[in-house]
Amino acid sequence: MHSDSKKAPWGLKTAAISGMLFLHIPIAFIFLYAFTTDQKSYQFPPPGLTLKWFEKTWDRPDVWRAMKLSVEVATLSTIMALILGTLAAMALSRTKFFGRDTFSMLLVLPIALPGIISGLALRSTFGTFEIPFSFWTIVVGHATFCVVVVYNNAVARLRRTSVNLIEASLDLGATSFQTFRYIVLPNLATALLAGGMLAFALSFDEVIVTTFTAGQQTTLPIWMYQELMRPRDRPVTNVVAMVIVLITTLPILGAYYLTRDTDSADGSSK
Amino acid sequence: MSTVNSLGKSSIWRRLSIWLFIRPRTVLLMLLIPPLLWMGIVYLGSLFNLLAYSVFGLDEFSGQIVKELTFRNFIDLFRLSNLDVIFRTTIMATLVTIACALIAFPIAYYMAKYTSGKTRALFYLGVMLPLWSSYLVRVYAWKLILAKEGVIGWIFHSLGIEFVLEAILSLPLVGGSSLSFSRMGTFIVLVYIWLPFMILPIQAAIERIPKSLLEASSDLGAKPKQTFRKIIFPLAIPGIAAGSIFTFSLTLGDYIIPGIIGNSTMYIGQVVYMQQGMAGNIPFAAAFSLVPILIIAVYLALAKRLGAFDAL
Repeated sequence: MHSDSKKAPWGLKTAAISGMLFLHIPIAFIFLYAFTTDQKSYQFPPPGLTLKWFEKTWDRPDVWRAMKLSVEVATLSTIMALILGTLAAMALSRTKFFGRDTFSMLLVLPIALPGIISGLALRSTFGTFEIPFSFWTIVVGHATFCVVVVYNNAVARLRRTSVNLIEASLDLGATSFQTFRYIVLPNLATALLAGGMLAFALSFDEVIVTTFTAGQQTTLPIWMYQELMRPRDRPVTNVVAMVIVLITTLPILGAYYLTRDTDSADGSSK
Repeated sequence: MSTVNSLGKSSIWRRLSIWLFIRPRTVLLMLLIPPLLWMGIVYLGSLFNLLAYSVFGLDEFSGQIVKELTFRNFIDLFRLSNLDVIFRTTIMATLVTIACALIAFPIAYYMAKYTSGKTRALFYLGVMLPLWSSYLVRVYAWKLILAKEGVIGWIFHSLGIEFVLEAILSLPLVGGSSLSFSRMGTFIVLVYIWLPFMILPIQAAIERIPKSLLEASSDLGAKPKQTFRKIIFPLAIPGIAAGSIFTFSLTLGDYIIPGIIGNSTMYIGQVVYMQQGMAGNIPFAAAFSLVPILIIAVYLALAKRLGAFDAL
């Protein structure tokens, strides 16, 4: 193709690179402000740099409690999403049945609809059945929007797994269970790990649905949201913001490296 | 291997395996039932429950929900103040979608046509990271940037052109006391947050254009600009439409961004949030939350005509 060998027009290149900078420079400010000595405002440039807020945050039991809850919620939601997403992917990847497209639409709905609608819908249902808000109501909400992430990864991988391999295994006398255990699962493993990591990141910093499905529980994003609405401790908020970026970035990078050779566009259909 | 044996030789497993093999429908059903129950009953059921709440009333004295059929909530939606909120939110979502498409297109086009190997991986990760992570933190970053004493103010100050910023802030409608308390601020942050959702579908759509089509175009004497206008752009439209479903829908329902960055003008999400929270009027909140669903449904119908679902 011609345009591949040619250089990109400078205007296009500038626009593309500026767009990417627009996406990423703001994050740099989160890192910068975690070190500022300024406590009262958002002064730029920072009057001085210090490490003491890290120590102060480390000693905050409320931050630790919120962090622990977020990790627990994200872990459990990821496990639920892994089970439901894998089953859905296995059902939908090869067979065609009535309502198949509707079902795959239904899986995307929780992330395509604004979180406030899913959140309010779940809240009203918990209300109808008089289910008290708890750790479990948060997990139900999170698992619902995490399923699609696992599903996307798993279905992409299953479509690439050759049917011949499965047929060969069955022809050689393996049972369906052995075929699943020794052929399908090893093929699927990295896709599931990647999907699970994305689901973890998605759940870890979710705030909208959580607001509606949590009672008194405070996850880390909820803690941060409360600080943003009624600022009490700005330096600690800055440090927590930085920690959230780090904790959600690592699984996403991991997921990318696990799937880059096989599926080029995991989650691109999000 | 012992595990191979335990799943293979034992006749129970083998008989079960054969039994399942000749009944693919049963297997399908067994796979499908758990996710179907979850998504169909827990999630879809909740959405229908929300719909049911929208026709319930609220006892004005006790504040209790009255489970009797009433259309009062829907009549209330047509109050001028509510129509104003709906109208303003729809305009904002439209503007955000257009801005996202304008910024995303060059990124997606450059990614699809001029990058490979490591550069492509860098671009890809650069879009994936903000797409999946740290929604609230990224909003907070703009609180730092747009604050009066923040970096934007500092840049204008250092360049000695503070009057430009003041002139922008004194504009009616979009201005405010500082960028973080203005509608312009709300707009910038909404564009920033939802931009990644626009880039990937466009990139995927452009990538899918067969090379032979572009070669044919240039063989037939089209200049690169003509090829772009007549071939690439029309084929990228489904991608833009797919991305716009996300940017439009997610902007319509957002209540956190206008609450943190913006003046006190209300958007649909905030009204829903306040009605169910402080006011305790879940029926009215439910009715109001149907408005974005309805707008999105109309929008989906339009997007479908542009072929958005082929690019999802």
